[in-house]
Amino acid sequence: MIPELGHFALILALLLATTQAGFSLVGAARGNELWMTAGVSAARGQFFFIGIGFLSLAYAFYSNDFSVLYVASNSNSALPVQYRLAALWGGHEGSMLLWATTLALWTVAVTVFSRHLPPVFKARLLGTMGLISIGFLLFILLSSNPFERLIPAAMDGRDLNPLLQDPGMVFHPPVLYMGYVGFSVAFGFAIAALLGGELSPEWARWTRTWTTVAWMFLTVGIAFGSKWAYYELGWGGWWFWDAVENASFMPWLVGTALIHSLAVTEKRDAFKLWTVLLAIFAFSLSLLGTFLVRSGVLTSVHAFATDPRRGLFILGFLALVIGGALTLFALRAPKVGLGGKFGMVSRESMLLTNNVIMVVAAGVVMLGTLYPLFLDALGLGKISVGPPYFDTVFVPVMMPAIFLMGLAIFARWKNAALPDLMTRLKWAFGVSVVVALLLPFVMGKWTPMIALGLLMAMWIITTAVVSLRDRLQKREGGMIAALIHLPRAYQGMIVAHLGVAVFIIGVTMVKGYEVEQDMRMSPGDNATVGSYSFHFDGIQDQPGPNYMAAVGHFTATRNGREVAVLEPEKRMYTVQSMPMTEAAISAGLVNDLYVSLGEPVSEQAWAVRIYIKPFVQWIWVGALMMAGGGLLAMLDPRYRRRNKTQQGDNA
Amino acid sequence: MKARHKRFAFIAAGIAAVAIAATLVLNAFRSNLVFFYTPSQVANGEAPKGTSFRIGGLVEQGSLKRANNSLDAHFMVTDTAKRIEVVYSGILPDLFKEGKGVVAQGKLESDGLFHADQVLAKHDENYMPPEAAEALKKAGALNEKTGKSLVTTTEQAR
Repeated sequence: MIPELGHFALILALLLATTQAGFSLVGAARGNELWMTAGVSAARGQFFFIGIGFLSLAYAFYSNDFSVLYVASNSNSALPVQYRLAALWGGHEGSMLLWATTLALWTVAVTVFSRHLPPVFKARLLGTMGLISIGFLLFILLSSNPFERLIPAAMDGRDLNPLLQDPGMVFHPPVLYMGYVGFSVAFGFAIAALLGGELSPEWARWTRTWTTVAWMFLTVGIAFGSKWAYYELGWGGWWFWDAVENASFMPWLVGTALIHSLAVTEKRDAFKLWTVLLAIFAFSLSLLGTFLVRSGVLTSVHAFATDPRRGLFILGFLALVIGGALTLFALRAPKVGLGGKFGMVSRESMLLTNNVIMVVAAGVVMLGTLYPLFLDALGLGKISVGPPYFDTVFVPVMMPAIFLMGLAIFARWKNAALPDLMTRLKWAFGVSVVVALLLPFVMGKWTPMIALGLLMAMWIITTAVVSLRDRLQKREGGMIAALIHLPRAYQGMIVAHLGVAVFIIGVTMVKGYEVEQDMRMSPGDNATVGSYSFHFDGIQDQPGPNYMAAVGHFTATRNGREVAVLEPEKRMYTVQSMPMTEAAISAGLVNDLYVSLGEPVSEQAWAVRIYIKPFVQWIWVGALMMAGGGLLAMLDPRYRRRNKTQQGDNA
Repeated sequence: MKARHKRFAFIAAGIAAVAIAATLVLNAFRSNLVFFYTPSQVANGEAPKGTSFRIGGLVEQGSLKRANNSLDAHFMVTDTAKRIEVVYSGILPDLFKEGKGVVAQGKLESDGLFHADQVLAKHDENYMPPEAAEALKKAGALNEKTGKSLVTTTEQAR
């Protein structure tokens, strides 16, 4: 009964989404206030009914209702309750529902927090989001219904893939989707601006907050996924450049460009069209990413053939959204106008260059991700594009961007003088070069890549320090007080940029100094890896809730002193009879010790992986700092204050 | 320099930068493409010598042999028509099993063995790596069941 209720709720939600889009867009075109208000109500109603649909499915998982096909294929009665709930987004149908629910959540947030927007503009925004929602709900109802019954009901479910039975599964997908879907708001803003043919600095200020929030979620979501891969996949990698990761990374790159170009549009009334275009791209890439990951096309392009409706719908929807938005852009762009002019050397030009670099980087990633799919779809053979391609191309593409990142925060708007910049930054440059050249010697190994990585990180840090010093000199009072009183937006920028530096340090150190050893060990054996010594004490069987585990016991010592006890597990999940590796990690600021069990290679001996990963935690700390910087910038009182006065004006 | 000249120089520099970047990208792209061959193709001598490529198929029953004091492993990859011997040193993935699908990346050396530096078996018991499925299909032996098991519940790792 409950699943049918959920199904019915989704149908009602679709009707309300249609109402939302229709009343809002037509109402805006005719200037009919009543219709526009009806659009807002429909948006809230839509959220209510999608919510019911979502909760119905969650209940089916919670109560082990294996008469629902989707539940039966993704859950099991032995599964702990938090994973039963997370199994909701463990497959294609549920993920689509999560997407639609997240979209409804953002839509309601727009109706609640955008009271200050001009009604016509808000109606166009809600109308656009309604159209997207129609697309997703139609897709769910026509080809990916999670409520489909299984008759007769299964005795028990096929279980959630053991790889996904991890706390990461509970948080990573919702957070990532909050980011993906959040770009729909920026997209809506762009479409609304094009429809109105007007794009003011005010528009940029409204859009900025929403885009920054979405970008923060996406940043945290990606970092989460990377960390999860690191500890769960059992071989210590944190980024594999596989298509699933690239799918989330492309919108992130374009989204990063977007939040910077929005800053220029707000402050200088420039880059107008470029900003609109980036908003369209960011959301299109989010859509593409969702479908890439969730449609099964990555497993095999021929997966489409098993359900051609799905494939056709997806391609059609993508074409409609991207094509429609770009057509509107072509028609309306001349009306919006280019915006303010700026000199060849100016903060604008540097930001624009970095914007272009980000988009090029996204294009590079896209080439490597989609090309094999194209070849395969056209029947021209199977190829794969490995991490070496991404590594060799991505780093050189991003290098000038990092350099400009340090420079741009000093450049004046409109027109800056290069000689002046050089005198102000020679100190920062000198220190960066010296550290980059010398530090690797201290660490014990010098390679050009390590030096280059450190140079980039140091450049960001030293320029940030110089900038902070300049700002603080102009202020009275103690260091700390002055730091706190700096504008939030500026603090946010510094924190986020330092996050990039921390991230680069993490990547450079791991790539440069990691020690990886696969070996054969029997209980009682000792192994020396890097400056650590590992003693294999033995292995024990231990039952878990829905698996049996062999737990290894290792003692790590350094200079004769015990530093960590590591207990990696090899689990055998009973339902799918699938083995899983649970690595044991002793995380530290400077070094991670990483031990995982391979397979038993004889009666006694095991294949064992022992890694030393220097500074690897910095990668995720850096990503969190970027997100934290976004949060600080968003909290800048300037947004709230002006919003309030705006509200007053409207009243 | 007049403003017009400046702008022209700016645009020219931009185009040059883009052209250089594009060349580098495409070059890196071309040299990092990894092609795929089936065991039958390898047996027919179609696969390149000395460059890295991928093979796929099933791990033949009873063919996995581990060395006594190292992590060296030998196994046969078959597409049911032809087979090829693979040498790999290291830890095999969790789902590596005799009779199951596998993809290996490496080089064909002059000893006639395929020296793999990477062995992939994906994250799901029922999942057949697309390359392995392709190899079997080409050899005309893909049975109905493995073909259908390419369910969407597989590629959700991250």
